[in-house]
Amino acid sequence: MSYITAENLIKTYGRGDAVVSAVCDVSFQIEAGEFVGLMGESGAGKSTLLSIMGAMNAPTSGTFVVDEIDIYSLSSEQQADFRREFLGFIFQDFCLVPYLTVFENVMLPLTIVKKGRKQKQVMVENALSQVGLLEKAARLPNQISGGEKERVAIARAIVNEPPVLLADEPTGNLDSKTSADIMKLLQNFNSDGMTIIMVTHSEACARYARRLMRVSDGKIVADQPFFGKHLAN
Amino acid sequence: MTLKHISIKNLIRRKGKAFFVLAGLVIGVSTVVGIISYIEAMTNDINHKLEKYGANILIVPRTENLTLTYGGLSLGGVSFEMQEIREAKLAQVSSIKNARNIAALGPLVLGVVDVNSHKVLLAGVDFKASAILKPWWQLQGELPDENGVILGAEAARILKLSTGDSFETKDRRFVVSGILQPTGSQDDQLVFARLSTAQALFDKGGRVSMAEVAALCQDCPIEDMVRQISDALPGAKVMAIQQVVKGRMQTLGQFKKFSFGISGVILLIGSLVVLVTMMSSVRERTDEIGIFRAIGFRKRHVMQIIFLEAAIVSGLAGIVGYLLGWGSAKAAVQFFVDGHSGIVPFNLELAAGAFILALFIGLASSAYPAVMAARLDPGEALRSL
Repeated sequence: MSYITAENLIKTYGRGDAVVSAVCDVSFQIEAGEFVGLMGESGAGKSTLLSIMGAMNAPTSGTFVVDEIDIYSLSSEQQADFRREFLGFIFQDFCLVPYLTVFENVMLPLTIVKKGRKQKQVMVENALSQVGLLEKAARLPNQISGGEKERVAIARAIVNEPPVLLADEPTGNLDSKTSADIMKLLQNFNSDGMTIIMVTHSEACARYARRLMRVSDGKIVADQPFFGKHLAN
Repeated sequence: MTLKHISIKNLIRRKGKAFFVLAGLVIGVSTVVGIISYIEAMTNDINHKLEKYGANILIVPRTENLTLTYGGLSLGGVSFEMQEIREAKLAQVSSIKNARNIAALGPLVLGVVDVNSHKVLLAGVDFKASAILKPWWQLQGELPDENGVILGAEAARILKLSTGDSFETKDRRFVVSGILQPTGSQDDQLVFARLSTAQALFDKGGRVSMAEVAALCQDCPIEDMVRQISDALPGAKVMAIQQVVKGRMQTLGQFKKFSFGISGVILLIGSLVVLVTMMSSVRERTDEIGIFRAIGFRKRHVMQIIFLEAAIVSGLAGIVGYLLGWGSAKAAVQFFVDGHSGIVPFNLELAAGAFILALFIGLASSAYPAVMAARLDPGEALRSL
């Protein structure tokens, strides 16, 4: 059985005549360690699909299984536990807490984890080191650049060493050079065995993935590996 | 970092809102504390003043008073048929049912004499009974004999007499055997002689002007004793001094009830301030709470953050509220109560009560906003970004 399996996912909003189908009968399988890109135009349903994968948006119908766990058969609190233990999420627009420092933002997922204080500190420092921001740990989000904010968001997403990383437009607000740096980071994590699913509308960023699923009008219209076209390390 | 750090950091960031909540609770708590402290100080003041009176029952001649008023204007009164108390009758007081509660019975004979061109009130007393009835007397000198007197401090000053001096009044010569230290009461103005001396001086053999009774023990049945003494002395008017202040105590009690009502309303308003402010805060933090939930915070973690914020502000409000209320009570007793020492003791129980009350109101008022925050769907919250 694949690591991640989606079967007949449907997500609709509204009622009656105002019903909007964001995801229309989507099925796919993702193996552990894959780097998958989700591409499509605005409004295609990419982010909705990603939020379903992130256990934050229950589908109208269909199942979503990760590591043999049917996510939407869990209670909301169990889904929160699942997100904490299995997922790292990189949000669009960084979503950093403005009154917490870089260090504290990265520490956030560990706040409710039962680990020693020293151990948590080491985990945060490791995450910041991986993204090259250890020296800026004491700064507030409004004291760092857009690229650095994205790195902080990445550090927060990986601090708990999750097996799956979900990234929603991780380079959406960044210039090309910074975007490339961010994508190389994600590639490094993938090389270490992390399963990554990334939503992007940038062809340049999509080339860092090893598999590309194109989404249009809530459906997966193409799903192919990036043989020979992805940017190797 | 713990959830407590998140709460503290958010409070520091949203200082305005935190201060608003704090102010609402401080006003409520300080009002309650101030009123309770003030009433406590007033009650202690009354009790202290009562204790200063060695006598707590007065026996005075029964009089028939007529007060002449017209249209609210008092034109004076006329007292007639005043029946003086016979000394022999007073002895019947020792046969009442609660006679064992009587520590002392002190008859007085009062009259006005001329001394060194001054009119002064002379009181004939039983000095043995006075030791119990007026325990605050401090005498410089000795108790008088048949031809001696002691002077109140003010009387000595005005009459320009000292211990050993003599004076003549009503064709008798008296020697000053002692002078009382200032008592702050009317005793400072009087001349005191033996009861028999005064009776002879004013031609009141076997009669007294009034009598003071000191009834012992904290729970002495004052009302019963008044009734029993009244029954023993039908021609006298018997009053418990507590009756005089009872009206004040009753008024104080009614004021206490009214004040508690006002305090309750103020506390309710304070709790509504907390509720509305916390709800507004939760609405402002929809995206932040969405992040917390998205990265795996359970509902109880989110509620803990909200409750911690409320607890920090409420606890602080309890402390500040108590101090402010206590300070206000101190200022109020000095301003409104004559002769009060101004001492309003620090009440640990009240301080603890104020702290707990503030915490309870803060947490109770934050319950709905906390539940509201916890129920935020992370997907919905993040879509709001």
